[in-house]
Amino acid sequence: MILVFAERSDDELYRQSLAFARGLGDGDVQAVGIDDPAGYSPDAWATALAGLTGERAPQVVVGPGTERGNEVLAHIAAMLDLPMAANCTSATPGDPFTLTRVRWGGSLLEEARLHGSPALLTVAPHAVAADPADADAEIELVPAAPDASVRVSERVETVTAGVSLADADVVVSGGRGVGSAEGFGVIEEIAALLGAAVGCSRAVTSAGWRPHTDQVGQTGTKISPSLYIACGISGATQHMAGCKGAKKLMAINPDNEASIFASADYAVIGDLHEVVPAISAEIRKTRGAG
Amino acid sequence: MNVLVCVKRVPLTGGKIVLTDDERAISTRHLGFTVSPHEECGAEEAVRLIEQHGGSSTVLTLGPPEAEEQLRDMMALGIDRAVHLVTDPSEEWDPQATANAIVEAIRSQPDPPDLILFGNESADAGNYQVAIRVAHKLGLPVVTGVKAIAVEDGLRVRLEQEVPGGRDVYDVPMPAVVTVKEGLNLPRYPSVPGRLRAKRKPVEGATPTRPQPRLEMVRLVLPPGSGKQTEVLGNGADAAPAVVTVLRELGLV
Repeated sequence: MILVFAERSDDELYRQSLAFARGLGDGDVQAVGIDDPAGYSPDAWATALAGLTGERAPQVVVGPGTERGNEVLAHIAAMLDLPMAANCTSATPGDPFTLTRVRWGGSLLEEARLHGSPALLTVAPHAVAADPADADAEIELVPAAPDASVRVSERVETVTAGVSLADADVVVSGGRGVGSAEGFGVIEEIAALLGAAVGCSRAVTSAGWRPHTDQVGQTGTKISPSLYIACGISGATQHMAGCKGAKKLMAINPDNEASIFASADYAVIGDLHEVVPAISAEIRKTRGAG
Repeated sequence: MNVLVCVKRVPLTGGKIVLTDDERAISTRHLGFTVSPHEECGAEEAVRLIEQHGGSSTVLTLGPPEAEEQLRDMMALGIDRAVHLVTDPSEEWDPQATANAIVEAIRSQPDPPDLILFGNESADAGNYQVAIRVAHKLGLPVVTGVKAIAVEDGLRVRLEQEVPGGRDVYDVPMPAVVTVKEGLNLPRYPSVPGRLRAKRKPVEGATPTRPQPRLEMVRLVLPPGSGKQTEVLGNGADAAPAVVTVLRELGLV
């Protein structure tokens, strides 16, 4: 039997974890959610799931590789003193369990053996496709444990002006090549013309040119727009981990050896301070003519 | 108050990762080293908390002898002292063994920390669990992914975590374990006097023995390339019409 933690902060990723669990070959997959009117408590939720694990003796406990999926599974692992593998892309049951997991935000994979039973795994986002039939898969609800050492006490809503980076259909980012905070004027101009969100690389936030909320990367926001335009960005793994979900990538860089071109669909070789204003002017001209 | 921050030495990867011949590590012949970005913010926060509330800050790492470089870097930011759990560079420590060694080291500290800071996940292994294991072993509350820390009256701490659409707030008693994310603050550049002072600050050492790993790394694999065909649209400003043609095909102009 396989228990799947129905952590539904992202329903798509939850259903991917369900598909991953079914792929492990055991016919008996049970999805379990936590019924907790008091709100989220990682340890109270994990206590309930650890208790259920003791009662039902599953071979595997699977969770989605979301913030909360990884957090609750780690609590279960700590409570039961078991090893846990986060963000797996594939796994083969056995003793030991063999698996492949994500390192460096997806820039590298690790093949590993997990020595412990039940095997505790989370599933890397988008490693497997969700099964549409799982849209109404049954989820058994169990109550959270009564005692919580930490619990969310308050939710502060934030109002984002304009398009949010994570949800934007088009993102235009600037990197070290922009040169200064003021240099982002040309990026903001083309973004406004395309209805795009503005992003940046880690070099930019570390220099204090843009707030961290604008950072696309392994330690910033992970984006999946239909078009990503990267201006003056060399393509370090830190950055690529944040934008590999983009369907099309256009890179503008003066260095034709820049590693970002290896992942680009479209390349423009040149200084963004010349290229980007020229593109903005061409967009205006085309629209004016239309 | 006492704040302890845990960091991990990781290579500064550029655009392309190259593996060693045995495929068990990244080839670092041409690379520098740093700490994971989340952890650098943890160290900066520890320095700010001590500047604000008084007390002492400690940086701890489990890593090879060379990781002393990262301990000195953190002390150059203003951390007072360091603990180095020295490991054999050829041995990979799994999260359980790492957590147990850190717990041992924390228990042997003369002044127990009020706050124990970690990065939300390491830049390299990304196991998402060492801090949570340490908290359970020490019987302390743990909050993860924190982007704002406010110590209230020296007894409790208010923590904010970014979630879609807003921030979740936790209010927990100290001592507590907290994992932080980049964006918590903007780390300062270490000053020259800061670097000179860091050379004279104390580093306490210990050499723990690695138990058998239960999450055992077998080898590293580079993911398959994108296989993309790159279309070069041109050089400099002259490329603009070709770019706009592509934007039109994508329905954006």
